[in-house]
Amino acid sequence: MGGTSSATMNLKLHVWRQSGPQSGGEMVTYEARDVSPDMSFLEMLDVVNERLIEAGNEPIAFDHDCREGICGMCGMMINGVAHGPEGGTTTCQLHMRHFEDGDEVWIEPWRSAAFPVVKDLVVDRSAFDRIVSAGGYISVNTGSAPDANEIPVPKVDADQAFDAAACIGCGACVAQCPNGAAQLFTSAKVAHLGVLPQGQPERWQRVMDMVTQMEAEGFGGCSNHYECEAVCPKEISTDFIARMNRDYLKATAKGRKASPGTGQSIGNG
Amino acid sequence: MALDSKVPVGDIETKWDDYRFDLKLVNPANKRKFDVIMVGTGLAGGSAAATLAELGYNVKAFCFQDSARRAHSIAAQGGINAAKNYQNDGDSVFRLFYDTVKGGDFRSREANVYRLAQVSVNIIDQCAAQGVPFAREYGGTLANRSFGGAQVSRTFYARGQTGQQLLLGCYSALSRQVQRGKVKMYPRTEMLDVVIVDGRARGIVVRDLITGRVTSHAADAVVLATGGYGNVFYLSTNAKGSNVTAAWRAHKRGALFANPCYTQIHPTCIPVSGDYQSKLTLMSESLRNDGRIWVPKKAGDERPPNQIPEDERDYYLERKYPSFGNLVPRDVASRNAKDVCDEGRGVGPGGLGVYLDFKDAIGRMGRKAIEERYGNLFQMYEKITGEDPYEVPMRIYPAVHYTMGGLWVDYNLMTNVPGLYAIGEANFSDHGANRLGASALMQGLADGYFVLPYTIGDYVSKHMGDKIGTDHAAFRDAEAAVAERVDKLLSIQGERTVDSFHRELGRLVWEYCGMARSESGLETALEKIPALREEFWSNLKVLGTGDSLNQSLEKAGRVADFFELAELMCRDALDRDESCGGHFRDEHQTDEGEAKRNDEDYQYVSAWEMGGDASSPTWKLHKEPLEFDYVKPSQRSYK
Repeated sequence: MGGTSSATMNLKLHVWRQSGPQSGGEMVTYEARDVSPDMSFLEMLDVVNERLIEAGNEPIAFDHDCREGICGMCGMMINGVAHGPEGGTTTCQLHMRHFEDGDEVWIEPWRSAAFPVVKDLVVDRSAFDRIVSAGGYISVNTGSAPDANEIPVPKVDADQAFDAAACIGCGACVAQCPNGAAQLFTSAKVAHLGVLPQGQPERWQRVMDMVTQMEAEGFGGCSNHYECEAVCPKEISTDFIARMNRDYLKATAKGRKASPGTGQSIGNG
Repeated sequence: MALDSKVPVGDIETKWDDYRFDLKLVNPANKRKFDVIMVGTGLAGGSAAATLAELGYNVKAFCFQDSARRAHSIAAQGGINAAKNYQNDGDSVFRLFYDTVKGGDFRSREANVYRLAQVSVNIIDQCAAQGVPFAREYGGTLANRSFGGAQVSRTFYARGQTGQQLLLGCYSALSRQVQRGKVKMYPRTEMLDVVIVDGRARGIVVRDLITGRVTSHAADAVVLATGGYGNVFYLSTNAKGSNVTAAWRAHKRGALFANPCYTQIHPTCIPVSGDYQSKLTLMSESLRNDGRIWVPKKAGDERPPNQIPEDERDYYLERKYPSFGNLVPRDVASRNAKDVCDEGRGVGPGGLGVYLDFKDAIGRMGRKAIEERYGNLFQMYEKITGEDPYEVPMRIYPAVHYTMGGLWVDYNLMTNVPGLYAIGEANFSDHGANRLGASALMQGLADGYFVLPYTIGDYVSKHMGDKIGTDHAAFRDAEAAVAERVDKLLSIQGERTVDSFHRELGRLVWEYCGMARSESGLETALEKIPALREEFWSNLKVLGTGDSLNQSLEKAGRVADFFELAELMCRDALDRDESCGGHFRDEHQTDEGEAKRNDEDYQYVSAWEMGGDASSPTWKLHKEPLEFDYVKPSQRSYK
């Protein structure tokens, strides 16, 4: 037999319940019995939900999709930490073997003015989409690309671009930040495109537009707490924030202004 | 109904170029007069939406996720094939075409596959220009790796996250068009019906998943890019939300569903650990390059693996297939794992697992070398199972991964319903009965960037000025039907949860229409599935209301469609009285235990038309004969 652990545990969950965007919410306590250490955190919630439905109570709403740590859809505060205690992981990849029998677990939605609660643990992260729409791309129409090997990219640059591009857009960085700042998310996208030769023509306008949009969305300012990096499931470095700040200053010095229409929050903030 | 594949005549090498010249164009000033609906924003839908908007069309794009960037294409690990021949190792468009037709076990359409291989080279150019951080050599050129089913190195990759990076490229192109006002995004919105007027697709009915509001959208063409249906098995490597509903709603409105029984089972996934299991996680099949697969010789042997001596282990793939050993194709590896577990020799909880052992490789090359090759995979395995694969052999088991079947489309990627298109995994056309590794990403982007944007113009240009608004009675009727179905699901108020039904359905499909199928098993399934469906419609328990976010209600609608699909899959598998690719009928195997095709009787696409009523659907089979003028069908052998 493989060495999977078999002793189950019982937990006490305190879960944020809120029926809709406009309603108030409260912490509600549930017993999670017979939890297997091999379950993922979301599977534990699945089991709790099945029992809630069987007992005639509405299940806890939470976002999730791929359940393999890449889509960025899941995320919740677990005992005050975005994605829970393990570090370098998404909620779906957190397993119950990191908890102990008798533990009490506080589960809350992402907390940020720019991420309003939709229901229970589900929040609205559309601000992230608007930041990307403001400039997070290289403007190249389909069909107009040169042969891929015509633009050599030094391996170190490609690797650095990848490190930034690994961001899954989950929002843990914002949720954990005492200021609710979105600098890590924004800077990762700015750096991904900004270090590549293909990204140079729009480099200064991009940083100007994305930062302008970020500020309009109601995120807080960055004051170097580095909490974002500590909870990022993809361990994205805060060095990218410093890089974005440098690029933003240079763009300002070059006299770049935000593009017309950028920075209008459709918003929530 | 006569199925017209619309494959143009002429030489396969020049067919697509000649055809593109013949397609009717839409003049740039007129493109803004056309509206296109895109359902799904993965690699196929995202790339198509962005490209159509660049051309000038007005696009409305819908996805059930909270952002277009989260579509399940994001989870693809290994890479994307392209016939660039950058490695100078003898690759060519023809070789990629040849490998794909052969890999599909001669059940795909040659002309479509050739076009796929042709445009593969443009995809890499486009993605690199967008800033996709592909793996590079030190000189700055693109790196390649090799993949199953090919003898050349043609797979481009971005670490183990190629799907993520390609999708983010696609999403960035889409975001640019959102900013330009050419694409209007509708996230957290689910398509629940397609509206057909006078035989042509004219729009869709959707439900806003936050407010529950049901609304209509009209357009000149509707494109479904909604992925595969692997979640009919409940447990699969798909995302939890992946579903067949959009395609199935189209099927119920007359679109033919092709080859539903062609599903791909991936041999190297992390096994199920308990009844609560919600999904299965794939481990890259590259692990089979260095790992040795074995089970105990004795059934029911419960000793820990390291205490089982060498002479009591059965390295069954090496024993049965001395020349390919652990590197036999996906379907062969999967079926053999099932066989040893059926014999009671499986390992781990429930006995549904086999060992993948790196002890010899670590002994031969050292732990460091293994870490460099597979470090991230070993880490992922340890995270999920809590076991250290450097010390204890991994446990793996096959899992449903991809569905080759889908909506029937012609060479234009249009279904038999004029104005309704299906692209990416949602259609059936390019992979035959088995898909090769690193070819799903290629097909999604080929359809979206380089095929659909041409072919759709030919259709819409012929219907210029012919508009229908959402005030048309057909939209009202469809909205009413959608609302009625939502109410029905909420009003049953029975005893069982959606998940309990979905799990039971999944077990039935896996048991009888999974890795191996038989006439008697399929007949059993065709009794059990409708019975369970009947219970679903009378004993389902969905709490809450339809006018707010209600995840149980969303699932219930999708599972209801899976019930009907499951029945059709079994009918298709029963009708196809041969084995081919991922479809293995116990009755049809070679002496070596391989899939034995029957080209004389089954060299066709099965395209099913739905009839009957809601409580007892019926299907009628239409056949599209397949011809192989360039790749001669042959029998596979891996001894």
